[in-house]
Amino acid sequence: MKAFLILEDGHVFTGTSIGSRKEVISEIVFNTSMTGYLEVLTDPSYAGQAVCMTYPLIGNYGICYEDAESLRPWPDGYIVRELSRIPSNFRSEDTIQNFLKRFDIPGIAGIDTRALTKILREKGTMNGMITTDENFDLEEVIPRLKAYTTGKVVEKVTCTEKKVLPGTGKRVALMDFGAKNNIARSLNERGCQVTIYPASASAEEILRDDPDGIMLSNGPGDPKECTEIIKEIRKLYESDVPIFAICLGHQLMALATGADTHKMKYGHRGGNHPVKDLETGRVYISSQNHGYVVDTDKLDPAVAVPAFVNVNDGTNEGLKYTGKNIFTVQFHPEACPGPQDSGYLFDRFIKMMGGEE
Amino acid sequence: MPKNPEIKKVLMIGSGPIVIGQAAEFDYAGTQACRSLKEEGVEVVLLNSNPATIMTDKDIADRVYIEPLTVEVVEQLILKEKPDSVLPTLGGQAGLNLAMELEERGFLKEHNVRLIGTTSQTIKKAEDRQEFKDTMEKIGEPVAASLVVRSVEDGIAFTNTIGYPVVLRPAYTLGGSGGGIAHNEEELIEILENGLRLSRVGEVLVERCIAGWKEIEYEVMRDGAGNCITVCNMENIDPVGVHTGDSIVVAPSQTLGDKEYQMLRTSALNIITELGITGGCNVQYALNPDSFEYCVIEVNPRVSRSSALASKATGYPIAKVAAKIALGYTLDEIPNAITGKTYASFEPMLDYCVVKIPRLPFDKFISAKRTLTTQMKATGEVMSICNNFEGALMKAIRSLEQHVDSLMSYDFTALTREELTEALKTVDDMRIWRIAEAVRRGISYEQIHEITKIDIWFIDKIAILVEMEQALKTQPLTEELLREAKRVEFPDHVIAKLTEKTEEEIKALRMQYGITAAYKMVDTCAAEFEATTPYYYSVYGGENEAVSEHKKKKVLVLGSGPIRIGQGIEFDFCSVHCTWAFSKEGYETIIINNNPETVSTDFDIADKLYFEPLTPEDVENVVNVEKPDGAVVQFGGQTAIKLTEALMKMGVPILGTSAENVDAAEDRELFDEILEQCQIPRPKGQTVYTADEAIRAANELGYPVLVRPSYVLGGQGMQIAINDEDVDKYIGIINRIAQEHPILVDKYLMGKEIEVDAVCDGEDIVIPGIMEHIERAGIHSGDSISVYPAQTISETAKETIAEYTRRLARALHVVGMINIQFIVCGEEVYVIEVNPRSSRTVPYISKVTGIPIVPLAARAIMGYKLKDMGYTPGLQPEAKYFAIKMPVFSFEKIRGADVSLGPEMKSTGECLGIASTFNEALYKAFLGAGINLPKHKNMIITVRDEDKQDVVEIARRFEALGYRIYATLGTARVLKENGVNAIRTNKLEQPSPNLMDLLLGHKIDLVIDTPPQGVEHSRDGFLIRRNAIETGVNVLTSLDTANALVTSLENTDLNKLTLIDIARI
Repeated sequence: MKAFLILEDGHVFTGTSIGSRKEVISEIVFNTSMTGYLEVLTDPSYAGQAVCMTYPLIGNYGICYEDAESLRPWPDGYIVRELSRIPSNFRSEDTIQNFLKRFDIPGIAGIDTRALTKILREKGTMNGMITTDENFDLEEVIPRLKAYTTGKVVEKVTCTEKKVLPGTGKRVALMDFGAKNNIARSLNERGCQVTIYPASASAEEILRDDPDGIMLSNGPGDPKECTEIIKEIRKLYESDVPIFAICLGHQLMALATGADTHKMKYGHRGGNHPVKDLETGRVYISSQNHGYVVDTDKLDPAVAVPAFVNVNDGTNEGLKYTGKNIFTVQFHPEACPGPQDSGYLFDRFIKMMGGEE
Repeated sequence: MPKNPEIKKVLMIGSGPIVIGQAAEFDYAGTQACRSLKEEGVEVVLLNSNPATIMTDKDIADRVYIEPLTVEVVEQLILKEKPDSVLPTLGGQAGLNLAMELEERGFLKEHNVRLIGTTSQTIKKAEDRQEFKDTMEKIGEPVAASLVVRSVEDGIAFTNTIGYPVVLRPAYTLGGSGGGIAHNEEELIEILENGLRLSRVGEVLVERCIAGWKEIEYEVMRDGAGNCITVCNMENIDPVGVHTGDSIVVAPSQTLGDKEYQMLRTSALNIITELGITGGCNVQYALNPDSFEYCVIEVNPRVSRSSALASKATGYPIAKVAAKIALGYTLDEIPNAITGKTYASFEPMLDYCVVKIPRLPFDKFISAKRTLTTQMKATGEVMSICNNFEGALMKAIRSLEQHVDSLMSYDFTALTREELTEALKTVDDMRIWRIAEAVRRGISYEQIHEITKIDIWFIDKIAILVEMEQALKTQPLTEELLREAKRVEFPDHVIAKLTEKTEEEIKALRMQYGITAAYKMVDTCAAEFEATTPYYYSVYGGENEAVSEHKKKKVLVLGSGPIRIGQGIEFDFCSVHCTWAFSKEGYETIIINNNPETVSTDFDIADKLYFEPLTPEDVENVVNVEKPDGAVVQFGGQTAIKLTEALMKMGVPILGTSAENVDAAEDRELFDEILEQCQIPRPKGQTVYTADEAIRAANELGYPVLVRPSYVLGGQGMQIAINDEDVDKYIGIINRIAQEHPILVDKYLMGKEIEVDAVCDGEDIVIPGIMEHIERAGIHSGDSISVYPAQTISETAKETIAEYTRRLARALHVVGMINIQFIVCGEEVYVIEVNPRSSRTVPYISKVTGIPIVPLAARAIMGYKLKDMGYTPGLQPEAKYFAIKMPVFSFEKIRGADVSLGPEMKSTGECLGIASTFNEALYKAFLGAGINLPKHKNMIITVRDEDKQDVVEIARRFEALGYRIYATLGTARVLKENGVNAIRTNKLEQPSPNLMDLLLGHKIDLVIDTPPQGVEHSRDGFLIRRNAIETGVNVLTSLDTANALVTSLENTDLNKLTLIDIARI
C-alpha cells in the first residue's frame, strides 16, 4: 500500500506503508546510527517525533526484546529506505514489520531518506505527516502540520509509580523523565540500588528516601515545557546530594540554575558525535539524541562551567557545577544504541557518591 | 597536541613490487601519506623498489629512491640522507618488516633516527604470535586456543590436545602466505613444513579452527593522546576460513545487532589502547553466529588493504590522518577534508552499502586450484556502492571484467540437485553463483546455510536477485517491474536477454518511464553535514545530487578497473598523471573507476570521482549527467580502450588517437595494410577462424608458430605451437574465451625483443628510450626482464626502430601514446605488436629518463606540439643510468599454477634496478625481486634437449662462483661431457634420493628448468617447478634469465651499491 510523507514546507515523498496504517502528524527528525534501530524505537526521548533512519537497510537482525530500552516504541512514526524481508540473528524473536504493527506505529518505506535528511539539515527540523490517504489536500494539511507541537511529552513517557532495583552498593534515586533502561542497568550493574521515581515526584519525596546520589534521566521534548520539574530540580540542586544528569536531565538542571536552552537547527541524533572532556582533553565518541542544547553564553561560572564540548559544532555537551557535587552531560553514556566509550562516567558518579570507582 | 617540531625529514618505506597480498593499496596509502607529510612542510625521502607507483614520483616525495628493499639499502640510505624519522606503518608488511629489523639491530638508535607512528614495541606486541596472545589474555580479549610452534613435532603434539581441524598461520608473512587449515595429520605436516620455512622467524601458530564463524573487521585509529575511533566495520560474506582478501566483503556489517557491533567495537578500542597504536590499525574477529562468543583473529598495526577499502567505503582518509598522527597531531586537530566542517575525531556514518569482490587470477592460471583458503590468491579487487545490498552486489559483479554481469553468468544448470548440493561445499570464486542456482532449484535457505555457513540474510538477498530474474522472464515488463529491476541494478542488456527484447528497447522504455540513474554523494556523515568533496555513486530511485556545471572544458578519464595480471598499477599511474595534466591546463576532470586500492579513486585526485563499474551502460549514465567535452581512453589499459566504441555512440569525442586508428592497430588486415604502406616488415602470419584453417596456416608458415586471439590483454590465450596437435588444442581453449574475434597465427621468430613507448602530437614523435628484453621473443613482454637502454642491438637497428616508430605513429595518426614491440634479428627489424595507448613500461621509462611521458602525451592530446614543449623530436639521448625492470611473480600463492614462462603473462608486479653500470643495475633488479643469492650455493639444472648445449656455459659460470650443480640424467651427461662437474640426481618418479628430496632438504638456491616447447608440458617438470616454488626456491625457466642472473652474481659487491635519487634525474 502506498504511503505519503508530507512535510510542512510542502515536500511530499511517496513510498510504501509499513506498520500501522493510521495517519500521524509529528516532528520529523533523522538518526544516523547504522545499528540499534530497536533501541532507537524504544528510546522514550523520541516521543512526539517521527524518526527517519539515514542508514538504508533496517530490520536486518530482527527484533530482540531484551534489547528494548523501554516497554514500547515511542516515535509517532518511522521512516526508512528499506526494511529487510527476513531477519537474521540468533536472538531474533520477531520481525520489525510485526513489531511496528503490534504497537500501532505507522511508517513509510522506500523513500529517498537521504534527500529527506538533506532537507531537514538545510531547513531545520520540521513537522510532517505520514498518511496512506492518496487524496490529501496540501492546502488543508500544511496549516495542520505547522500548528503541531510536541507539547508536554515527559508525562506521557515517565513511569507511574516508584520502582526499586535492588543492589548492595550506593543507593541512587533515578528521576524518570523517559529514562532508557540502560541508565538504571548501568548503575545496577555497578552494584547500586536504584529507585526509579516518576517525573512528578517531588524533591522532598526523593530526599526523604535519603539517597546517596540522584540521577536525572534523559527524556523527550522541549525542556522549558517542564516548568514543575525544574522547580523540584532546583531543590535537589540545593540539597548537596551528588547529582549526575543525562540529556534532558542535563538541560533541566541548567534551566533550574539560571542558564538557558535553545532549539538546535536539526539536533544531534546518532552514534558518532565526538565530545571532548575539557578537563583531560580526551575525545570520546558518544551516542546522542537531542534537539535542544544548553546556552553557554549566558552561563554563570559561579554556578557551572562547561565540562564537555562537541568537537564538530562546539555546542555544549556537559557541565560541571561550581562548588557542587554535580555534573551533567548532554550525550548518552548509557549508549544503547551506540558507542560505550563514555560508560566511565557512571564510575565517576559512584565515586562522587563516595563509592569505589 | 600540535605537530612535533623535531620531525623535519622523514623516510617512508614503500611496499615494493606488487605481489598477491600486497598490491596497489600501499601505493594509495603511501602517496596519501607523503602528500599529508609534505603539506606539513616535512621533507620526505621515499624508498620503494616498484617503479610503477605514484609514490615514487618526484612530485610526491622530495627524494625518491627506487632501490631494493633490503636492510643494507635502508641503512645506506639513512647514512646518505640522514632523515630524523622513519615512518614504517604505511608501506605494508614489507616496509614494516624492514623497519623492525633496523630497530632490532640497534641501527636506528645508533644514528638517532626515530620510528614515528606506532612504536616497535607495539608492532612486536601485535605481530609476534605469543606476545599478542599474552597481551590479549592480559586484557581479557579472547583468542582461539593456540600455540606457536617451531617444529612439526610440536605442532602435531599440540593439535592432538585441541583436536582437528586447526588453522596454521606463519608469523610475519604477507596475505597469510603458507597458512592453511589442516583436517588431519597428513595435511598438518604438509602445511606446517611449508609455513615454518616461509616465516621470517621460523614460527607458525597452530590454532583452534573457528571456520564457519562470522568474520568481522574493524578499522580503528588512535592518536598519541589516546583518543580512539573506529572508521568502519566490515563483514565478510564468506565466513572464517577464507582469507579476507579473497572474501566478498560488505561495509558496514549487515547481520550484527547494536549489541554485537558495540561489543566488538569496544573490544577493538581496548586492544589498540593496550597495544598503544598511534595511527591506523585493523582488527579482525571471528564471531560465533549463535552466541556472543568471539575471538580476536589478528591485528594489523599498520595501514592495510582493509584500511584502503575502509577509506574508499567511508570517505575517511586513513593514511592521511595516520601520517598526521605520526607527526604528533591529535584526532580533534585534524580537519575532515570531505566535509571541511568536522574533524578526524568522529566516526563515519554510511547511508549506503558497500560491496567488495576480489579479482582472482584463475583466468591466467588455468591449472591452478580455484579453492579459497586462508592463503590469499586475489590480485586485486573491485568495490561498488549502492543504497541496497542487491544493487551493490550486482554492480561489483559487473565491475570484475571477468565476463560476468549477473548471477546467471556461471552455468550450473547441468548439475543434478544432488550434485549441486555437493558442489555447494566447494569454496571458490564461483560460490555465490552456485548459491544462486541452489536458490533457483528451491534448495532451502537453511540447507544452503548449513553447507556454506553464509548468513541467511545474504542468501535471501541472492534470492531476491534470482526472483527478479524469474519475474523478468515470466512477467510482462511493467514500469514497476523495470523500476525494481533497475533498483537492484540489473544492467539493461541482462534485462533485455531475460525479457527477450533488445538492449535498445529496454533503454527506450527506461527513458519513456523516466528511470535514470541518480548520483549520491559519499560524505562520511550520512548527509548530516554539507560535504564539499564530490565523490559519487549511482542509485535508481531518488534525487540526483551530482550537479553538473560547465564553467570550463570537461574531460572524462576512464580508469583501469581491478588490478589483474596484465593490467596492473601502471595504468593507474597513467590515469592519475593524465588527470593531473588536464587539471593543470584548466580542465575540469572526472574519473570513473571501481578499484578501491588505487590512487585514482582517492577523493582529491580528480574534480569529480564516480565510483562505478566500467561498462558502457554505467559510463553512459555518468556521461548523461556530466556531458563531458571529451574522454581519454588511452591511459586506462584495455578496460578503457574497450569503451571507445560505446563512448563514440554516446557522442563523446575520443580525445587523442581516434577510435578508427585504435581499431586499425588491432585489426589484422587493416594493420597489415598500414605496415605495407609504411614498408615495415612483420613476421608472416594469417588470420583464421577455425582450427582447420589454423593448422593449414601453421603448416604454410612452418612451425613454431604463435597462436593468439586478436584483442588480447597480457598475452591472454597466446601460445607457441610446435605441431598440429598443439594448434588444435589451443584453438579450443581460445574459442572459449573470445569467440567474437578472429585468431591470429604468426610465424614465431627467435630474435631480440625490443619495446618502445613514444609520444606523438600528430606530426612529431618523442621516443624517450628503447628497451630491450633479456628473454627471447616468446616470453610475454610483461614477464621479461627489460633493459634500458637497449644493450645488444646495433645503432643501425636503433635508427630503424626510431624510424619505424615515427612511420607507424604517423600512419595511425597517433595523438598521445603509442607502444610498439619489435623483434630484431641481426639488422632486420620486425614489428610484432602496436598498441596506440599507454603501456606497462611507461612509469618505468618516465622515471629513468626523467621525461614526463604521460603529461607530455596528455598535453599533445590537448593540442600542444612537442616542439613547443621543449623537446627535439625523435629518439632522445640515452640517460647516463642503466635501468632494469624485473618482473616479480606470486607463484607461491597459487597452488597448482605452472611457473614456466611463455606468451601468457604471469607476473603480478615489477621492481627496478638502476645504476651507473649494467651489472649493478642487474644485480639490484634481482635483489629487488627477492632473488638474494648466494645462500647454500647448491643448484639444480634440468633443461630441455634444445637448451642442453646452451646451458653448459651458464653452468660453468655458476660452478666458477662455487655452486654445486645437481642435474638430471640427460643434462648431467652433457655437462660432464663439457667438463662441468654435475652431480646426477634421480627424477621425481625415481627412488630417493631424487630431486624432491633435494628440494625438501632446503639447501637449494636455484632451479634452472626449461620446459619443452609446445602445449604438452611434462608433468615431471611441472612438479619440480611447483615444488621448488612452494619450498621457496628460485626457479628460472629461461636460459636468458639464468644468464643474466649469473652475470649479476659475478660482478657485484653488495657493499658498493650506489643509491640514486630519481628526483634528481
